[in-house]
Amino acid sequence: MFDALLLLSLFGLTISVGIALYRIFHRSSTISDRVLLLDSLSFIIIGMVAIVSIYLDTVAFLEVILLIGILAFMSTIALSRFIERGVVIERRTDR
Amino acid sequence: MNEERIVEGVVLILVLLGTGITLISSLGVIRLPDVYTRAHATTKSATLGILCILLGTFVHFAYFHEIVSVRLLLGIVFVFLTAPVAGHMVIRSAHRSGVPLADISVQDVLKDDLERMAKQSEQDRSETADAKPGAQGGAESAEREEPAGGDSGQSGERERSEDSDPSKRESGETEPSV
Repeated sequence: MFDALLLLSLFGLTISVGIALYRIFHRSSTISDRVLLLDSLSFIIIGMVAIVSIYLDTVAFLEVILLIGILAFMSTIALSRFIERGVVIERRTDR
Repeated sequence: MNEERIVEGVVLILVLLGTGITLISSLGVIRLPDVYTRAHATTKSATLGILCILLGTFVHFAYFHEIVSVRLLLGIVFVFLTAPVAGHMVIRSAHRSGVPLADISVQDVLKDDLERMAKQSEQDRSETADAKPGAQGGAESAEREEPAGGDSGQSGERERSEDSDPSKRESGETEPSV
């Protein structure tokens, strides 16, 4: 029962990943849409890793959660700065 | 035995609740009309759902393995802190790069700030173009980031003094923090 419900919720998160991928590859979505949804996709993947680590009963995957979180945050910040100004790291300091 | 079942039930409720909230946020991603409204769905409810799932994982390992995982706690705090910041950055860049609002939107409060900022950056670009006439293309965009100094700053300085009220414009209108 416990394992079956865990697999059910893993299935639900898979549907969420499918919907996010649909919106990412959709024809009418803008670049900001895609960045936003890649961010939320990484959060869904964090949840899937957590559920898999309950299902397999191991603590070995908990670093993966932290790592995906940090990578997703930094890539989202870099992409949004790139969309906004065309550069990621600004050298000008007076504004 | 009975106690174990209760903790299993708590873990399951947290995990299934998180899954449900994440599914609802995916529904919002499909249904909502533009980027600014979709950001509500992804950055608020997806974060809440993932926090529920991670909390369930934490309870599971804390009870059944007696491991209070600091890495997992750190992951929870990190997700909770960074998801709103990332959403805010994406939406700010979307508004400044001119992603249009949906047709049913009533008002764009930040439109004046956006126009003023575009004028300001246009002015900066023309000043640096006057200072260095030979600069073009990618070289110009790289130079725009550097402060004007040396002999190239003089022509920009002269042009700035020809304007009507230069000190007010330079000091009063900084970049609006959206």
